[in-house]
Amino acid sequence: MATHTLTRPAPRSTSAAQLRQPRKKMTVGRAAVLAVAAILAVLWIVPFAWATVTAFKSETDAAAPKVSWIPPSGFTADAFIKVFQDGNIPLWTWNSLYTSAAITVITLAISALVAYALSRIDFRGKKVLMTVIIASIIIPPPVLIIPLFYQMVALHMIDTSWAIILPQVIHPAMVFVLKKFFDQIPRELEEAAVMDGASRMRIFTQIILPLSRPILAAVAIFVFISAWNNFLWPFISTNDGSILTLPVGLQTIKSAYGIQYAQNMASALLAALPLILVFLFFQRQIIKGVATTGLAGT
Amino acid sequence: MSSLATSQGAEQTAQSMPGQPRRNPFPNSASGSETSSPRRTRDNVNGWGFAAPFLAFFLVFLVWPLLYGLYMSLTGKSLTGANDSLIGLANYAEALADADMWHSLGNTLYFTVISTVPLVLVALAMAALVNVGLPAQWLWRLSYFAPYLLASTVVSLFFSWMYNPQLGLINDSLAKIGLPKVAWLNDPNVAMWSIVIATLWWTVGFNFLLYLAAMQNIPAQHYEAASLDGAGAWRQFFSITLPQLTPTTVMIALLQILASLKIFDQVYQMTAGGPAGSTRPVVQYIFETGFTGYRLGYSAAISYIFFGLIVAVSAMQFFITRRRSA
Repeated sequence: MATHTLTRPAPRSTSAAQLRQPRKKMTVGRAAVLAVAAILAVLWIVPFAWATVTAFKSETDAAAPKVSWIPPSGFTADAFIKVFQDGNIPLWTWNSLYTSAAITVITLAISALVAYALSRIDFRGKKVLMTVIIASIIIPPPVLIIPLFYQMVALHMIDTSWAIILPQVIHPAMVFVLKKFFDQIPRELEEAAVMDGASRMRIFTQIILPLSRPILAAVAIFVFISAWNNFLWPFISTNDGSILTLPVGLQTIKSAYGIQYAQNMASALLAALPLILVFLFFQRQIIKGVATTGLAGT
Repeated sequence: MSSLATSQGAEQTAQSMPGQPRRNPFPNSASGSETSSPRRTRDNVNGWGFAAPFLAFFLVFLVWPLLYGLYMSLTGKSLTGANDSLIGLANYAEALADADMWHSLGNTLYFTVISTVPLVLVALAMAALVNVGLPAQWLWRLSYFAPYLLASTVVSLFFSWMYNPQLGLINDSLAKIGLPKVAWLNDPNVAMWSIVIATLWWTVGFNFLLYLAAMQNIPAQHYEAASLDGAGAWRQFFSITLPQLTPTTVMIALLQILASLKIFDQVYQMTAGGPAGSTRPVVQYIFETGFTGYRLGYSAAISYIFFGLIVAVSAMQFFITRRRSA
């Protein structure tokens, strides 16, 4: 398999980031492919570009009836300064960050534990438990919003971060992604430890987890992105401006700023920035993670 | 960004971990030759012990709301605390006779049908283009996939602005090439298509990555043999790549259907269900019945009708994928 990328050395083994090129000459056909791909890429970049240009305009230019890529009165960062001074975006970014991080950590911990039990321990009722968890994969979150809201009211958790965090830590599909990975770890590695009388927890933390870093990372990425961008449940369970997450906060900005297009776009871009930056740094891991967990996603 | 998979779906991700033999998904624990009683007890304790934390969350925040919602759907519960008594299937009877409910269900199905096809085909086209081996791989992946990292609200802000009838970039571009302006979000005949375009831009990158990963898993020998036989790129794509991708296509299409059925965010944010209810999906109807109309019981009943639809689609998926792997 001739693997050479033109950008960076090819990563190990068959990761999603790997490029396998059937050997081809640069032909008219290749040029056509490049052209079509480029047109698509431009179409996909335009919304970002247009939002960016708008965000750097004065409100007057942004709302001018004549559409311009170069504003008549020049570019300005006023909209960003204004949005930052309002302080909401930084606050909501922080809220999104810590709730998503908490969701990711809790999800990873509880899912890995149960996945290990399903993969390695022969306990009574395991088949039933497995079936129930598998069946629960098909439950669509919108079905739960009404009873969950009622439950959160009863628990006095509405308008607290707990309301955002707790219901989002159950990812049955991810349990099975982890279990599948654990299933493939050779048992011989554990047998010696069992002989020495090591406890299950010790085997899990000292042998299984260190070997599972790639899958743990993939699951973490998946869970983090879905928590970061989740809208429906946080929207329902929080009203207090100080604990809103970014997606929900932006929804309130839209009504507040109304026709202040430059500020709208500046807010949207600031909200988009963190994950885009993370993606630029961890592109390979994220792509691999999506390819690994994608078909099991919930 | 959500999609669902049955266990079968989860099984199919096996291709993801390289260089590992596929193993029986229900392994017996280490050489169960002499299972003495104390050991079995220990396994039971350990097994349930390891499962306990997940199980606690699972029971409290998933199983309980699910069952409680079912109970709520049989009552006249409201946010104003009016009627908590059981009223049997009255909510369901009302829902089935509710024109708005059917309208919203119809909108959801309509969106699902018209969004799934482009979301699968454009993803396939993108992956096929990139897989040919274009220079600057990271750039293509970045531009096609980046929108997937955005929250729905960001996407809605971007597109509401571009769709703006007077000041929007899209109508301005149309005018420049001599085409009439379109009332993207204000015309009941167009609004749903506008939502589809925004959704395509937003989430096609996810399917694109799944396709790309599947394409790169096709053994090179297949292509080498075809090359020797003088098959061109097109020929290779249609006679090797596409058939090899059939299971992937089935999975992506089914997951996309399940994701599209749950449509809510971008519609609520861009059109609020309008104009004239033409884009209001069933999830929004559930939301409004419960939180604007305060009728929790009725809202729960509609939730369960929606759930029934999802279960039906999932069952279909289960049988299709099982037949495939049989």
